[in-house]
Amino acid sequence: MNEHWTLFKRNLQNFWGDFRGNRMGLIGAFLVLTALIAAVFAPSLSRYSPSEVIRDENGRGLTFAPPSVHAPLGTDDAGRDVWTQLIYGARISMTVGFLAGFIAMFVGSLFGITAGYFGGWVDNLLMRTTDVLLVIPDLPLMIVLVATLRQMQLKISPLTVLILVIGLLYWTSTARLIRSQVLTIKERQFVARARAIGAGHFHIIRKHILPQIMPLIVANTVLIISTAILVESGLAFLGLGDPTQPSWGTMLNFAFSRNAVTNGAWWFYLPPGLAIVWISLGCVLLGNVLEEMLNPRLTGHNLEDERHMVSIPAPGASSD
Amino acid sequence: MNRRDYLIRKLGLALVTIFVVVIINFLLFRVLPGDPVRSVIGRNVRISADTQQALREQFGLDKPIFPDQFLDTLGQWARGNLGVSWSLRKPVNEILLSKLWNTLLLIGIGQILAILLGVTLGLIAGWKRKSAVDVGALTFSLIAWATPTFWLGIILLAAGSTWLGLPTGGIVSPANVGKPLYTVIPDVAHHLILPTLTLTILYLGEYMLIMRSSILEVLSEDYILTAKAKGMSHWQVLRKHALKNAMLPIVTLIALNLGFTVSGAIYIETVFSYDGLGKMFQIALVKQDYPLLQGAFLLLAISVIIANMLADILYTYLDPRVKAT
Repeated sequence: MNEHWTLFKRNLQNFWGDFRGNRMGLIGAFLVLTALIAAVFAPSLSRYSPSEVIRDENGRGLTFAPPSVHAPLGTDDAGRDVWTQLIYGARISMTVGFLAGFIAMFVGSLFGITAGYFGGWVDNLLMRTTDVLLVIPDLPLMIVLVATLRQMQLKISPLTVLILVIGLLYWTSTARLIRSQVLTIKERQFVARARAIGAGHFHIIRKHILPQIMPLIVANTVLIISTAILVESGLAFLGLGDPTQPSWGTMLNFAFSRNAVTNGAWWFYLPPGLAIVWISLGCVLLGNVLEEMLNPRLTGHNLEDERHMVSIPAPGASSD
Repeated sequence: MNRRDYLIRKLGLALVTIFVVVIINFLLFRVLPGDPVRSVIGRNVRISADTQQALREQFGLDKPIFPDQFLDTLGQWARGNLGVSWSLRKPVNEILLSKLWNTLLLIGIGQILAILLGVTLGLIAGWKRKSAVDVGALTFSLIAWATPTFWLGIILLAAGSTWLGLPTGGIVSPANVGKPLYTVIPDVAHHLILPTLTLTILYLGEYMLIMRSSILEVLSEDYILTAKAKGMSHWQVLRKHALKNAMLPIVTLIALNLGFTVSGAIYIETVFSYDGLGKMFQIALVKQDYPLLQGAFLLLAISVIIANMLADILYTYLDPRVKAT
């Protein structure tokens, strides 16, 4: 245990040494951390509650009021503080994004490891399933799924429906990535040796394969979270969110359907969108940098004077 | 694998996927509470229990769901009969067909612009790696990726209508409906500017990135070094040796992007009240018009699947390596 711990600490130190020098990664970490802090400490960051109507001296609700001392980001159509809704919305958006991302990661890793390790018909079945899922347009499929699941009155909250649908549809790219990694790892000497001394499948996967692919799983999860947050915002914008627990997408749905654009209430429709860009950009930068550090690619070419190893930032795993 | 096997595999995949979509579509809407008879006669019409029972028998709803009802529905769909919309009281297939062209117009122009711009910029970015164009292209595509489509649409809508006086929605001004083409076409073009711009910005980033990494890969090949050693200029190498090969992934991307394009159309048509399939989909969702939702899903999914298959087939003709191996 002690030995493992020292190794882990050394790895972490090396990692931090590399990461510290990467500007993109630091920016990404900053964006993600600030959003997390805003979500966690939401009640201490605002005087109001998200559903509270802000009134002027005469007791009238301030509807569509521009930013002022009372409301730093102005108010919405019902006179509620936009800033307060924004930081409380962070909780909803990020909860859905993170949970859906974790589900996708779990399912993707499980299928990826099983397919890569055991091969054969399991592998075949899995790869054909991902082939099929990749071709079906995902937004219409999700809309249809969410709309019908809600109609079935299953007594699960609208947010849970969103989390499950997003999580159970976005695991395919993870599964493919993990599978290809497992395929190369299982051919390595240490796995062959472990097998030769009689180690069981479960032992090999847990002790030899999982530790090798864990960093990649983490990087991929960060990327999937950004996809999940974007997808959630879109579905919520189309009216599939929970109006009683508004996420940033729900806020934009309110802003758009209650004519914030024609009323010139930019303080109502700009902040939620910027917040979505903030967190998803943060996750993409962080995820890309993590992936690059684990998987450097050669990108120099023959029409250049010198060739060197550099890694390119590619945006998230398959987007939509 | 020779080309015939490859084609058979792709065809098989497309058929299996269509089958999966059909099953999903059938099951999802069958498990909904409420009576399918309602989907035929409309939701708010009151009819007696006897008449309902008679209708149920007429439409075979008293038979078991599988296989009778399933095969029956399948037969209806195969003949293009998608039921009647609850909210619009018209056959779903008629509604969808009338909106199809509007959507094709929007996504067609958007895609062509995005491909032309994306390929050009991606080519320059990859060739002049680390130049201002490259850094700009990468930053742009990263931010474009992280931006929700509908929000970009809302911003362009607000900016375009306030500062440029562009129309806020629709395809043609009500005053110009039924006017001769020389009045209608400029008006439609005027209405198309903002939605097309949103779509182009959205897709541009991805084409740029793929073209960039594709050209980087091609330029690392030995035959490029050979071409350069022969004394060809950079431009000649790019034009004669690199461009054709680097364009290949774009073909696949166009196909893979179709699903993404459909998502974009749903958001953009909603934001710009553009009268196409995407807007129909959103209306069906809001009004809980299940026959329309079901029909739209079926049409969108099957078109994307078939387009994907066609792109795969096209690919075998463009890339001789698929044949050889």
